[in-house]
Amino acid sequence: MRAFRNTAAAIAIAVIAGAVGHAQTTPKPAAPRPAATRPAAAPRAGALSVPFTQFTLPNGLHVILHEDHTVPLATVNVWYHVGSAREKPGRTGFAHLFEHLMFEGSGHVKEGEFDTLLEAAGATNNGSTQTDRTNYYIDLPSNALELALFLESDRMGYLIDAMSPARVNGQRDVVKNERRQSYENAPYGLADIEIAKMLYPEGHPYRWPTIGYMEDLTAASYEDVVEFFKRYYQPSNASLVIAGDIDQVKTRGLVEKWFSDVKAGTAPVAPIDFPHAMLTSVQKKTMQDRVQLPRLYISWLTPPLYSPGDAELDVVSQILAGGKNSRLYKRLVYDLQIAQDVSAFEASAALGSQFQVVVTARPPENGATPQALIDRIRGIVDEEIAKLQKDPPTQREFERAINQIEASFLNRMESTGGFGGKGDQLNAYYTNTGNPDYFNEDLSRYRSLSATDVQSAAAFWLPAGRRIELVVEPTKGSEPGKDK
Amino acid sequence: MKRRLTIVLALLVSASVALLAQQPPDRSVAPKPAPPPALHLPSIQKRTLSNGLPVWIVELHKVPVAHATLVVRAGTASDPRGKYGIANLTAEMLDEGAGTRDALQIADAVDFLGANLSTSSSSDASYVDLQVPVARLADALPIMADVALRPTFPQDELKRVREDLLTSIVEAEDDPATLVQFAFPRIVFGPQHRYGTMSFGTAATLKAFTIADLKQFHSTHYVPSNSLLIVTGDVTPETAVARLEQSFGQWKGAPLQIPPVPAAPQLTSRQIYIVDKPGAAQSQIRIGWVGAPRSTPDYFALRVMNTILGEAFTSRLNQNLREEHGYAYGASSRFDMRGSAGPFYAAAGVQTDKTSESLTEFFKELDGIRKAVPANEVEKAKNYLALLMPRNFETTGSLANSLAQMFVYNLPADYYSTYTQRVRAVTPADVQRVAEKYIQPDKFAVVVVGDRKVIEPGIKALNLGPIKSVEIDEILR
Repeated sequence: MRAFRNTAAAIAIAVIAGAVGHAQTTPKPAAPRPAATRPAAAPRAGALSVPFTQFTLPNGLHVILHEDHTVPLATVNVWYHVGSAREKPGRTGFAHLFEHLMFEGSGHVKEGEFDTLLEAAGATNNGSTQTDRTNYYIDLPSNALELALFLESDRMGYLIDAMSPARVNGQRDVVKNERRQSYENAPYGLADIEIAKMLYPEGHPYRWPTIGYMEDLTAASYEDVVEFFKRYYQPSNASLVIAGDIDQVKTRGLVEKWFSDVKAGTAPVAPIDFPHAMLTSVQKKTMQDRVQLPRLYISWLTPPLYSPGDAELDVVSQILAGGKNSRLYKRLVYDLQIAQDVSAFEASAALGSQFQVVVTARPPENGATPQALIDRIRGIVDEEIAKLQKDPPTQREFERAINQIEASFLNRMESTGGFGGKGDQLNAYYTNTGNPDYFNEDLSRYRSLSATDVQSAAAFWLPAGRRIELVVEPTKGSEPGKDK
Repeated sequence: MKRRLTIVLALLVSASVALLAQQPPDRSVAPKPAPPPALHLPSIQKRTLSNGLPVWIVELHKVPVAHATLVVRAGTASDPRGKYGIANLTAEMLDEGAGTRDALQIADAVDFLGANLSTSSSSDASYVDLQVPVARLADALPIMADVALRPTFPQDELKRVREDLLTSIVEAEDDPATLVQFAFPRIVFGPQHRYGTMSFGTAATLKAFTIADLKQFHSTHYVPSNSLLIVTGDVTPETAVARLEQSFGQWKGAPLQIPPVPAAPQLTSRQIYIVDKPGAAQSQIRIGWVGAPRSTPDYFALRVMNTILGEAFTSRLNQNLREEHGYAYGASSRFDMRGSAGPFYAAAGVQTDKTSESLTEFFKELDGIRKAVPANEVEKAKNYLALLMPRNFETTGSLANSLAQMFVYNLPADYYSTYTQRVRAVTPADVQRVAEKYIQPDKFAVVVVGDRKVIEPGIKALNLGPIKSVEIDEILR
């Protein structure tokens, strides 16, 4: 991510992202509930659809248009089908550093002008990088659409004309500070980097962090930028969505005007191919951090995005850790109160996903060691997963999870711009499935499941004997009360 | 002949190909935006329930969802002295038992409907928010009403929620970015003024709260005469009002006057405060003092001035500390405007070995904004503020929140319809006037959470003012 966000917002986003699931055990037997809270069956909304048109320019750029006139704003959303998974050894973090350079000017846009022109037109913009893709958006008043297309096409076609070692150096320092802020200076910030190393073998494209290793950020050069641009930022490796208060015919004309002179690439990007990572045993590790509460991470390798088991594991995450009645939350946080928080989520990705359970312990009581408390928590996590592997979730638990997922699809249809708006989702679906309007198919993955499917997926994908366990424990001297 | 004809045909074909292919666009000048489209503001349909509770409804029929917000015009600023945190704890406890349901039953019922029900408090208001597929609105409203109007405040849930909040304070000590958010207001407003303590209070107040405190805060402040019910989304007043009447029409309570929050004394001299975090990779910095209340007549001039200083990506602070020097991932500034004057601050996380250099750049920009700002920079900031405003009306949630702000801060009915023209009316002279008044760097508090041993010598050498070391306990007590 490129722009500074205030801490409160960042925390809120992290919490939302962590709370992928929503779930429960059987409700406490109590007074009968009023009929209104007991719908006979899950509410079923009609089929979801986001109407669009699409075309491909001769240079290979795929374009998708969607109209929504709720407010007089439009979004220009570009996905380049490249992320940190394509990085070379010794150049980790490069896809993300490159993302930063995309805002620094291009052949016909002076340094600083990209943001200055956009803000003067009332626009906001940002970019983000993951393992498999890099995305960019410009949200702006619809009258200024052509300005966004000029800027977006200029950096797609002419970025290198304006590139220099000095610009690379400037953003290198910014990215290093992004790493310091979000990883090194953040509690538990280095845990995910360690987890990836434990999950994936040497050479696997998901083994290194998207933010990169410090020494690799230092090593990145101007020549790397030129090579990466030519190889991965060619129009046939990108897709462009324009959504919002637009006229599709006029917009198509403007896209043809501004993007047709972007040169096609010389060699198409071959699909990324890497053998599935496999775990054959339990790997355990303990790391220390300047924190007071111990935290346990358990992670499994799970099936790729949209492949069988992926949707089931989303439901598993709801049943384990979504809401007060979810199995892990209820036992660890609500009943026993030995944990401060618990989350579970399926982090889906193209080459394979990971399913993660994260539990932050309360300060250990009665002289217990952090290790003893973590062992107790781990035992309970194992017990609850074993139960779900043995018996399907109750019908109420299952329907509650599905209803939550279904409602989240509706909520995601409300905004058009930004990360996660309809423009971004159309591009995500196009990139991952070839069909921009995959909304209903995606929802059908969940609607077609049964409680037994959820049980089977938990049994198959979350084996007790093949996973990694990372414990973050307080650095000696920073246990609760000791640093005061 | 034949051969010749072929050539002619070939020429014709290539000519038509050339015509079909795009002329390269003129990239020498960036396209000028056309005049902005007119914004058709959604109309607020105002009704009143039989108990006098006002209802504002805005129809938005894009997606089959609805958002309902109950706004109670009493927040953490209404906490009595010695009970800082009671408004927040009351809001936190609303859904821990209400009507005939216990905490788990509420969560189960809400989750089953695919709804999100959240309870929260800000400085000047408390909120109960419901987001739900519209087909389930009728099922969800009675639960929302129970939570807002009939919380049961069970003792064992208080114990649990209290422990959760106390542990959050422990977690905050570990995070320099959170710690600076606690430290700065405590230093600027002190432990007595409400704005000097975080919304949830302190460990000491949290431990002292009883069920009686919760009940008293709720029964006194959560009354219809002090509240507004907002519904946005795929609804019409015809169908919604009867349902709202059923759930909220019987609500009673004695009218109440919320006393204004006393103004905090302003800072008078610059002082540096260091909170030690040994080994920190970055120093978290906040610089500022007491800012302005939401009701200030300088509101629009301040927003424009602060956009130039630190609210947007091209703002001076971010351009300097991030783009020019690379000391930080980002730098910003903010006026936190509330019922009374809240804090103003400039902020960044900067790499530890550039802490003093960063402070120098901060003060360069804070001093610089007091000088005349070029007209084009003012124009850019005005456009940025004015033209993105429609974003507030895109989703049911953002729309409800915009309406809530109108109610909480008594904004005029034409606030949003005149917003653009009021931003446009700000002149460079206005910007300079409010900068001189509200940005006085020689009186600011400078709060740094970082590795003291490493950063203090450099800070000392800057001679910005006396340096005081602050213990974490002084901030959180």
